Parts: sequence; C-alpha cells; structure tokens
Amino acid sequence: MKLDTSLVLKLLALAGLACVPLAGADFYTELIAKTLVMAIFAMSLDLLVGFTGLVSFGHAAYFGIAAYAVALLSPKYEAASLWLVLPASVGLAALAALVVGLFVLRTKGIYFIMVTLAFAQMFFYVFHDTPLGGGSDGLYLNVKPTAEIAGFLPFDLDQPTHLYYFILAMLVLVYAFLARVLQSPFGRVLVGIKSNEHRMQSLGYVTFRYKLAAFALAGGLGGVAGFLYSVVFGFVTPELLSWHQSGNVLLMVILGGMGNLVGAVAGAFAFVAMQEVFSMWTKHWQLAMGLMIVAAVLFMPGGLSAVPGRIKRALQGGSAHD
Amino acid sequence: MTDPRNPDALLVADQITRRFGGLLANQDVCLTLARGQLHALLGPNGAGKSTCINMLSGDLPPSSGRILFQGRDISGLTAAQRSLVGIGRSYQRTNIFPRFTVLENVRLAAQSRRQQPWRIFSNAMRQQWMLDKARAAIDEAGLGGRAERIAGVLSHGEQRQLEIAMVLATDAQVLLLDEPLAGMGSEESAKMVELLKRLRQTRAILLVEHDMDAVFAVADVITVMVNGQVLESGPPAQIRASIAVQEAYLGQEDSFHV
Repeated sequence: MKLDTSLVLKLLALAGLACVPLAGADFYTELIAKTLVMAIFAMSLDLLVGFTGLVSFGHAAYFGIAAYAVALLSPKYEAASLWLVLPASVGLAALAALVVGLFVLRTKGIYFIMVTLAFAQMFFYVFHDTPLGGGSDGLYLNVKPTAEIAGFLPFDLDQPTHLYYFILAMLVLVYAFLARVLQSPFGRVLVGIKSNEHRMQSLGYVTFRYKLAAFALAGGLGGVAGFLYSVVFGFVTPELLSWHQSGNVLLMVILGGMGNLVGAVAGAFAFVAMQEVFSMWTKHWQLAMGLMIVAAVLFMPGGLSAVPGRIKRALQGGSAHD
Repeated sequence: MTDPRNPDALLVADQITRRFGGLLANQDVCLTLARGQLHALLGPNGAGKSTCINMLSGDLPPSSGRILFQGRDISGLTAAQRSLVGIGRSYQRTNIFPRFTVLENVRLAAQSRRQQPWRIFSNAMRQQWMLDKARAAIDEAGLGGRAERIAGVLSHGEQRQLEIAMVLATDAQVLLLDEPLAGMGSEESAKMVELLKRLRQTRAILLVEHDMDAVFAVADVITVMVNGQVLESGPPAQIRASIAVQEAYLGQEDSFHV
C-alpha cells in the first residue's frame, strides 16, 4: 500500500496541536487557540479567494456579526445553550453574507473588492454607532455558552483545556467539511468558475447562483470562527469587523498559498507567529511584518503550501545530477 | 415558427441586427441551421461572422430580430440558458480550463446537464454517468488516450478537439463552431474534417471557417457575409459560381481558387 505522505504529515500536525495543552503553558495554549480560530477564518475566506476566485476584502463582517450575535443572544448573567447560540450566530453570518452577496456578486474584479469592503464598513458602523453594539467599547460576554443537554454536560467551555479541544475539533470539522465540499460537483463548479467563468456560463451554469452559495457558505464558516473568538475572549468590539481584520485574514490566505486549505491554516500560524515575534522585538512591528510579507510574496510564489513541492523538486533535481 | 421550406430546421436567425454605436456589425442576417446539415459561414475579416455567432450563442444580445430554436423564440435567453436548451459553442480562441485534466474539462461539461448543487457531500469523481458521458465525448472527439493529460499542455489541435468534446458532452443539438481548424496542421485538420462529417449526421452545425478547401469539402450550405450583411447563401456549387461572391473576395488575401 502506498503511504500517503501528505496525510501522515497532516495527522502528525494534528497530533502536535492536540498535545499543546499538555505542556501546561497557559499563555501558549491560549495563543494557539486564538491562532486556530484565525485558521478557521482563513479557510473560510480561502473558499472564496482561492477556490472560487472571489477576492473579498470584507470577510471580517461575517466573523464580527457572528461574534456580536453570541454576545447579544446570551442572557446577561446566565449561560446560553451552545446548541442554540452556535447555529444561530453562524446562521446570521451566513444570512448576512447571502444578502450582501446578492449585491456584490454583480460586480467583478477591483469593483468586487471595493464593494465587499464597503458593505463590511457599513456593518462596522452599525455596531460602532448604534446602541445595539455598545459603541467602540463593544460588549462583554459574561458567561460562556454551556454545552449542557438535558442535564448532561459533555464538556465545559469554561475550562481552558476543554475550550481548546473544542476549537481544535471545530478546525478539523471545518477542514473536513470544506475538503468534502470541494470534491463534490458543487465544489468542482466553483473551481471551474475560478479558472474560466465565461466558459462555465457557456456550458450552461448560472454562475451567479453558485457564487452566491459559496459566498453565503464562506460567511457562515467565517461565522464559526467569529463565534469561537467571542467565546475565547469573552468580549467583542467593532474592531472585529474592521478592514484591518479583513486585510489580515486575506494576508493569511496569501501567505499560506491560495486554494489550499492546509495552506490557509499554515498562513494563519505564520501570521500570528510573525505578529508575536516582531511585537516582542520592536514597537514598529508592523513595519517588519510588512517587509516580511512583501518578501514572502516575492520569493515564495504559491505561499507556504507550495514549499513542500519545491523541496521535493529540489531534492529530485539534486539526485538527477548524481 | 419553423421554416416552412425546411422542417428539420433547429435554429433560425430571423433578420438579426447588431449595432455597436453607429456601426452596423450585423444587418438583417437570416440563417437556418437544420439537423443533418453543416452550414458554413464565410466572409472576409470584419464581415460580422463573430458577431453573428455571438448572437446565436447568447454571448451578445441582438439589437433587433429574433432567434428561434425549434420554433421557440430564444432571443432573450442568456448563454447559459441556451446551452441548457441544446445549443453548444466552441470559441475561436481556445476557451478551456487549462489546469484541469482533459477528463475534468469534459466532465464539467457533462455535469452541467444534471446540476445538483445541493449534493455537497457527493464525490464528483464517483458519479459514473458523468464519467461515462465525458469519456464517450472524449472518444468521439478523437482524444481517446489523452483523458488524464493536463489540458494546457495539449497541442493546439488537441485543444480544439477538447473544445468539441466539451460541447458534445452537453448533448448539444446545435453546434456553433468558431474556426475549429484555425492554426491546425494539415493532418490534424483532415482529422477534424472527418469528425465534422460524422457529427453532422445527427446534429445541426454552424461552421465559421477561413479554410476554403475544408469548407467546400464538408459544407452542405454556405452563407457568405460581407460588411455585416448576407451576400449570398446556398449550396457550395451556387456559391462557387456566384459572381457577387467572387467580386467581394477579389483582392482579398484568402480569395477563392476556383
């Protein structure tokens, strides 16, 4: 039987991530939990950017809508049910994306980028400037949702270790879901649209509907990340919907290599790692980070996900001269 | 409305006109494509052949006039809707998915006939009917044995064959083929002509082509366009004998050698 190297590597990485809480370093466990949330967010955007060819510059809107939904739907001093508030916040994010998609998907290229940004800014100001969102200070989620069903508590999100494994499970779930969807006829149509939308139309595909479904799906999955963010940090601010956040997640996808789910996860890790390292070194960490990203784009076309292939080719090229 | 003179008529262009600003790219063009017939569209560069085929395929709406498919007015349908009723087209500039395999290119075309986008957990590569249809179309277009190749690395001629295979996988009754022989070597070209002859038996074909030898070898009907208008339409012998056509082509680079 052929050993699938890529599967083995994925399982090793997963095993490594599963061991993180065992080290007992709470700071790093929380940092990696935060990174996993961003990785889910990056995968959801990759469905649009990397697989459907839709460069959305407003993806933070759906992340933020779900995050706010958790805070708004939870009672002030009691725990909401996870099994209600998770689907509700994800559903709201998907619904918002569906409505926005109806408008933005009528544009293409640079206009699409600008219009997605404009809608995200609108949502930003809805939470920033109305009583609903608590202004620029945002809202607190005083009590994390509970997983209790009929008196039985399978896990407790108040415990950092449980929360960590819950996030890791969601990452695996979202990855498996997207991998599965992408090999379905629906997913193949999205990749076809990215490659040559005009040809898809002349083959009889009403591409608008497929793009709309992808946009709503990506919004919902971005909402999963927003939900988790809200639960991890216990508060939400309008910054979650800001264009910085949309730009960061886009950078993660680009760093990782567009059109590769594992790449999106790797991109999120690279991004957060750079943020941490550079901000330890210098106050001007954003400058260093900018330079790194420019260098990565220049010298690492295809992003991190293209690196294994390059190493393989380099090794094979080397052995050919022996 | 079906053409009373031709009960086999599948696609009829009824006085279609297209304006681009002040330019009349097509003026009152009438064409009838019938099952079992290969209809060639000839004309010098700028005669309006591409505009005409774009209007028939739905890539360009006509400014006036009607397009009928099996008697039904389809002038308002989009390109995607026309594909679904049974009009397939290939493009002058190769229009494929260069990074997909040949099989995936054609499989996507086959999939378009039974779209079930809500089945997001089924595996596209395990839907036997799509694969069967795709392989049949690949074989019919003469690409058997190339199914696993990446489309972008095929020879130019093979890419043209791939375009045809994609159209065939959509079960198109009307094939609108925009210069399928362009850039082909003589051997490839001869194979394509054989393919066209086979395809004509069960379908209606519109062929836009510059290769005169090929056109006169396969066409049942030839329509010659000049300056956006139909100059002459009829069987090859009539076109060959037409003084108007000879005059129109006089001094043209690709003039008739008759």
